[in-house]
This record gives sequence, structure tokens and C-alpha cells, in this order.
Amino acid sequence: MAASPIHQFEIIKLLPIGKIGGIDLHFTNSALFMVIAVALTALLLLGTTTSRQMVPGRLQSIAELSYEFVANTLRSTAGEEGMKFFPLVFSLFMFILISNMVGLVPYAFTVTSHIIITASLALLVFVTVLVYGFWKNGLRFFRLFVPSGIPIYILPLIVFIEVLSFLSRPISHSVRLFANMLAGHITLKVFAGFVTMLGGLGILGWVGAVLPLALTIALTALEFLVAFLQAYVFTILTCIYINDALHPGH
Amino acid sequence: MAETTSAHTQAPGGPPPKEFPPFQRETFASQLIWLALTFGILYVLVARIGLPRVGGILQARGARIAGDIADAERLRDQSQAALAAYEKALAEARNRAHAVAGEARARADAQAEATRKTLEDKLNARLAEAERSIAATKTAAMSNVRGIAIEAAGAIVTRLIGDAPGEKAAAAAVDDALRQTHGS
Repeated sequence: MAASPIHQFEIIKLLPIGKIGGIDLHFTNSALFMVIAVALTALLLLGTTTSRQMVPGRLQSIAELSYEFVANTLRSTAGEEGMKFFPLVFSLFMFILISNMVGLVPYAFTVTSHIIITASLALLVFVTVLVYGFWKNGLRFFRLFVPSGIPIYILPLIVFIEVLSFLSRPISHSVRLFANMLAGHITLKVFAGFVTMLGGLGILGWVGAVLPLALTIALTALEFLVAFLQAYVFTILTCIYINDALHPGH
Repeated sequence: MAETTSAHTQAPGGPPPKEFPPFQRETFASQLIWLALTFGILYVLVARIGLPRVGGILQARGARIAGDIADAERLRDQSQAALAAYEKALAEARNRAHAVAGEARARADAQAEATRKTLEDKLNARLAEAERSIAATKTAAMSNVRGIAIEAAGAIVTRLIGDAPGEKAAAAAVDDALRQTHGS
């Protein structure tokens, strides 16, 4: 295994599928872990609920808890109307959460550590909000950029800032998740690298390796928290944006 | 490991160092397509099967719990009504028992009183009869005493003076003496 902390983010071609219009369609490690994330979500959501027990078992409880967690988040943010986006929000939450969690398994690939993935998901939300916002509210959707109760002479500035912040949403939305996963995994790898490096120096190195080892363990725990938190942050931001599409007036 | 696009990024003399993996543009198309495919499948599974099923389970459980609570409340109301009816019946029975007992006591008292009265009457009658019989006996005895006294007085006078007094004189003297003793 290469010691480079960047190596874990390499896209590795596993199976050649073919080319469509000059686009390389290799089945890569990234694709593999997307499939794993989808398979795990499907297993969690469908495999555990086939018996539809009135009193849930442990696994069915997990499915129900995740359902209610996302449903409550969406309902409290975007109201009952927002529930029509529940499948989208739930899919996003589970896809990101499981990708993040699976990525913490040693040797696993973290799908969400690639900006193209997080940007696609953020743009999916952005376009959904934009299209639904205009479809439902028509031109009243522009009220989103005009907060009420603002003196007329600073209104142009406020509208400019609002539009800018609206347009930069997909950037912050995607970079936050991407950067967190990337930085966390690099940090983990660097400290784990210290352990192997010092471990190769004999007894004294072993003593010295204790501190980075402890840090690696602590960071792993922290990264599990971050993995959940970032999935949650992405989800709740999605809910807030959906709420804007539903109720553009401030 | 499988074939890698850049296994040794810092290898001296190798191919020029590749870009940071997340920014390698040639991997974008494949990632996008696989993301669209997998996320699309996930969305369909979640929207068509997963969420309706879990939502159905939760709804069924909510309905069941609400139904059970309603049943429990209905049964509780019923049992409370039954308890109230029982207590009312108990109170009625107690009142009736009191009434019956009072009636019985009154009847028993009346009967005892009547019995006592008839007994008393009978005793009084017998007392009166006895008194009458005593008086008759006494009268009879008194008249016997008078006859004996007259005879005795005649006999005594005969012995004392040797001459028998007239029957009438003796009877008058005895009557006189009897009157005197009774009078005192």
C-alpha cells in the first residue's frame, strides 16, 4: 500500500464496459462503492421490512428510525408540503451517509470524497429547487431575493447579495461535504502513516508510535461523527432550499 | 491491487505527476454516469417500494395503537359504568335490607307486645278469679266460724249456767262479737 495519503482517492478501473461517444465507461472502484451504497440502502430499507412486523425487530427499527429521522427533518424545515420531496431527500441522506460510513472502512473508497459527485448531488438539489420554484410560484419565486421590510435605497445591494448567495449555494453545498470527507481521510492517513513509519524504527519508534496511534483511533471516532454530521448537514440544507422553493416569501 | 492510473505519483523519472485525483477530469464522465445510474436506481427503489412500505408499517402501527387506546378507553368506561351500577345496586340492597330489618323488628316487637298483653290479661283474669275464690272461701269460712261460734257459745253458756240460751240470743251475741272484731 502506498504511503501517500492521496492514493486512497485514486479512481481505479476495475472492469472495462466500453465506450459511448468517446466516453470511457470503465466500472471503477468509485462505481463499485456507489453500487455498494445503493445495495446497502436497499437492503436496509427493503430487506429489513419484508415481514412488516407490527413490533419491529432491530433491523426494521433502523429502517423506521431513518425514515422518521429524515421525515421529521424535512417536515420541520419545509412543512407538510415539503413531503413530496421526501423520496429525494431520503435518497440523498442515505446515499451520502452510507457512502461516508463505508468510506471509513480501511481500504474502502469514499465516493463522497470526489467533488464531481458532491457537485452533481448539490446541482441536482439546486436544479430541483429552481425548476419547482418557478413551476409552482411563477415569477413570485423572485420574491426570494427581495426580503420584506428593507429600506428602498439599500434594496439593490440586498437583492444583489441574495442572488449571489443563491447562486453560490451549490458550491458551498457540495464543497462542504467534499472537503470534509477529503480532509478527514487525508488526516487519518497521515497519522496512520506516522504509525507505520515509526513502527519501522524499532523499539524507540514503537514508543513514539503510541501517540499517533491514539490520535488515529480518536480521529476515526471523530470521522464517524463527521460522516454522519455531513450527511445530515447536506440533508438539512436540501430541506432549507426546498422550503425556499415552496415558500419564496421571506 | 488492480491496475491503477497513477500508482506512484512522486516516482522520479516516471510519467509527469498526475493531478490530484478528485480533480482528474478524465474520470468525471464515468463517475457521472455511474452516479446517475446508481442514484437513479436508489431513487426509484426508495420512492416506489421502500418509503411506501416503511410509511405503511408506521401508519398501520399508529392506527393499531390508536385503535388499542380507543378500545382500552371504551373498556375502561364500561368497567367504570359497571362499577357505578354495582355500587348503586349495593346501596339499594343495603337500604332494602335496612327497611326489611326495621319492618321485621317492628313486627317482632308488636308480636311480643301482644303476647305479653294476652299473657298479662290471662294472668289478671286468673288473679281476679283467685281473689274471688279466696273471698268466697273466706266468706264460707266466716259463716262456718259463726255456726261453730254459736254452737260453742251455746255449749259454754249451758255449762256455765246449766241452762241453754235461746238459739237466737246466741246468734245475736256472736254476730255482735264478730262485728266488733271486724270493726276494729
